[in-house]
Amino acid sequence: MTDTAVRAAPAPAKTGPQPVTFAKALNAALADAMEADSSVVMFGEDVGPLGGVFRITDGLTARFGEERCFDTPLAEAGIMGMAVGMAMNGMRPVVEMQFDAFAYPAFEQVVSHVAKMPNRTKGRVTLPLVIRIPYAGGIGGVEHHCDSSESYYAHTPGLTVLAPATVRDAYLMLREAIRFPDPVVFLEPKKLYWSKETLDLEELRKTADDDGAPGVGRAVVARTGTDATLVAYGPSVPTALAAAAAAAEEGRSLEVIDVRSIVPFDDETVSASVRKTGRAVVIAEAPGFASVASEIVARIQERCFHSLAAPVRRVTGFDIPYPAPKLEHYFLPSVDRILDTVDELQWEDEA
Amino acid sequence: MTIHSESSTGNSADNNYGASMKDGGQRRKGQDSGPSAEEYMLPSDEPVQLVDPRGEHVHNDRYPLPDGEALLAAYEKLVIGRRINEQANALVRQGRMAVYPSSHGQEACQVAAAVVLEKDDWLFPTYRDTVSVITRGVDPLEVLTLLRGDWHAGYNPQEHKTATQATPLATQLLHAVGVAHAAKLRGENTVVLAMCGDGATSEGDFHEALNFAAVFHVPVVFLIQNNEYAISVPLKNQSVAPSLAHKAIGYGMPGERVDGNDLAAMLSVLGKAADRARDGGGPALVEAHTYRMQAHTNADDPSRYRQQSDVEQWVPKDPISRMRTYLTNLNLLTDEVERSITQAAEHMAATLRDGLNEDPEVDPMDLFEFVYSEKTSQLREQAALLKEELIREGVQR
Ligand SMILES: Cc1ncc(C[n+]2csc(CCOP(=O)(O)OP(=O)(O)O)c2C)c(N)n1
Repeated sequence: MTDTAVRAAPAPAKTGPQPVTFAKALNAALADAMEADSSVVMFGEDVGPLGGVFRITDGLTARFGEERCFDTPLAEAGIMGMAVGMAMNGMRPVVEMQFDAFAYPAFEQVVSHVAKMPNRTKGRVTLPLVIRIPYAGGIGGVEHHCDSSESYYAHTPGLTVLAPATVRDAYLMLREAIRFPDPVVFLEPKKLYWSKETLDLEELRKTADDDGAPGVGRAVVARTGTDATLVAYGPSVPTALAAAAAAAEEGRSLEVIDVRSIVPFDDETVSASVRKTGRAVVIAEAPGFASVASEIVARIQERCFHSLAAPVRRVTGFDIPYPAPKLEHYFLPSVDRILDTVDELQWEDEA
Repeated sequence: MTIHSESSTGNSADNNYGASMKDGGQRRKGQDSGPSAEEYMLPSDEPVQLVDPRGEHVHNDRYPLPDGEALLAAYEKLVIGRRINEQANALVRQGRMAVYPSSHGQEACQVAAAVVLEKDDWLFPTYRDTVSVITRGVDPLEVLTLLRGDWHAGYNPQEHKTATQATPLATQLLHAVGVAHAAKLRGENTVVLAMCGDGATSEGDFHEALNFAAVFHVPVVFLIQNNEYAISVPLKNQSVAPSLAHKAIGYGMPGERVDGNDLAAMLSVLGKAADRARDGGGPALVEAHTYRMQAHTNADDPSRYRQQSDVEQWVPKDPISRMRTYLTNLNLLTDEVERSITQAAEHMAATLRDGLNEDPEVDPMDLFEFVYSEKTSQLREQAALLKEELIREGVQR
């Protein structure tokens, strides 16, 4: 391995509120988790000196050494399977799958072992590990770099599936995922990596250390409204918020729920909102057929039927392989498509 | 393998990963002294054999014959292993177990794999390796839970340092590498022995596991039980490599082939590989040449793909008969000792019979346990639904 001195350890973060990117928040979360717990190890493809192709692991090898953050051979099943064994033997592995579609070679390990090991062994073997996946589109990537694979994981009992949408959540939810006793699939919306919020990292650190702001199993109301509920997660949350802002200018008040935790799913928060507004649109990038979006629609219908003024609708990707960069904007749920769908929710006053 | 315990792992390409690890920094390139890659990595021309089918010692320069006491102790486990296989088959016929993949004929591999390990080492077995797991000291009835159908894994892997018996082929080899890697990072002196069949060597995970083990220079001994068939598919349709042990050189680790029906050779070769791993010498691959004397499982019809005459050729190579002859000639195995071994084997059989004849209650509510460390609201709802149904049916109150 290269000399650990080649890359200087990152300068201590400035204190006080400052603009922080989603990527930087994840990086800080990893560093803080590794600092807090010596059993946390980070590995994957190019995560060492390079810092990952998205630089999420930037500086970790320099700071914690090659035994704590290291490159593996190029083999996703290998990365995943080795993580299982390491978790069995007292470590807390965090692995990076380089891109959503390149996690598929590891799928066998994820489904057959990561998800099932605690169950097979009646909880005697737990697997506290995190699978970080840069996922979904909107970045002009070529094929196999933009899949929304959440439904595969969400369909697999035993996996906890998280998808943060804000910089604050990126930090807090990753810290929580690493502390979590069960395996977590942690979906990082690629197109949000460069989004920024003004945050005080020191304060976030304290919140995380105090076990604050849990993400697992908790949705949040990202914007309050009264006329209809938009339910979104991960990369679709900013789009939903933009749609709600545009709708407000037209005099329609939309509430936005950020799901955050796909599994376990927070029925309470979603149902409470839909009962209040009587209308719902679920937004997700993945193809809609047999998807997480379908599941959310079904759950709303089951729970809120008597409060509904209109059928629950979806705005999702088309049921096609993820399109080429020049076509992706036709595929992705857009503000216009969301607003058009909201317009179709049987508004009596407009009938 | 031609093991050089000075842990010069020879001409392996300069390898950053292994070299920086605590105990793997001995690799040298283009050494004048020391063995060539071929010398230390290639398996011997013939499978290593220390006691031949007639029960006679075959001298081997590299592999010492275990002493008589050690062989006698292992022989007892061999006989018990055979009895476990017989009894388990009978229990399947009686409907007491759902299925049993027998290791009849492969017991020398089974016993050696367990015996060469220390208490804190780890064993990674497959579905066929029940005898190994029991030999390791795990409660036989807990081991058979998987096959009887009460739960997937009945024993505590952490307590026994024995992984659950793996069903998806070759996947467990990577877990073995992970356990070894974690042990190494934690400075523990653990050896991991990971088992698979000949068919499993075609899987991608086999390749990834061997490559990872070599690159990270971790103490894993891979044991392939080449029993010539993967269900119905013969080895020649699986691989055309000179031998499965030859695959090792491609990963930069030594490979060795051994007569898998020779308990003494199995103990010696695996023992040496384990010692070498413990001394920081890195992983090794051992191919045991053996034969599956019975069907793949009770659902299999071997007459469709192999001749009974082929099977019969293996009868004289049986691991038990040759060791019995050898130990009898040494005057270590007297009638009296043999009787006490038979007794121990019958005791094991009785334990299996009695245990399996009991039909412990399974609690349907356990279905929702151990999926997540805390039940999700979705699982709580589903558990409530089942509970209601059970109450309605009078199964529970
Ligand atoms: C990934 C995977 N594919 C297919 C199977 C079904 N299967 C079970 S055993 C077996 C043959 C395995 O042969 P081998 O590795 O030689 O082991 P043996 O049964 O001979 O001990 C197959 C194909 C499986 N268990 N896992």
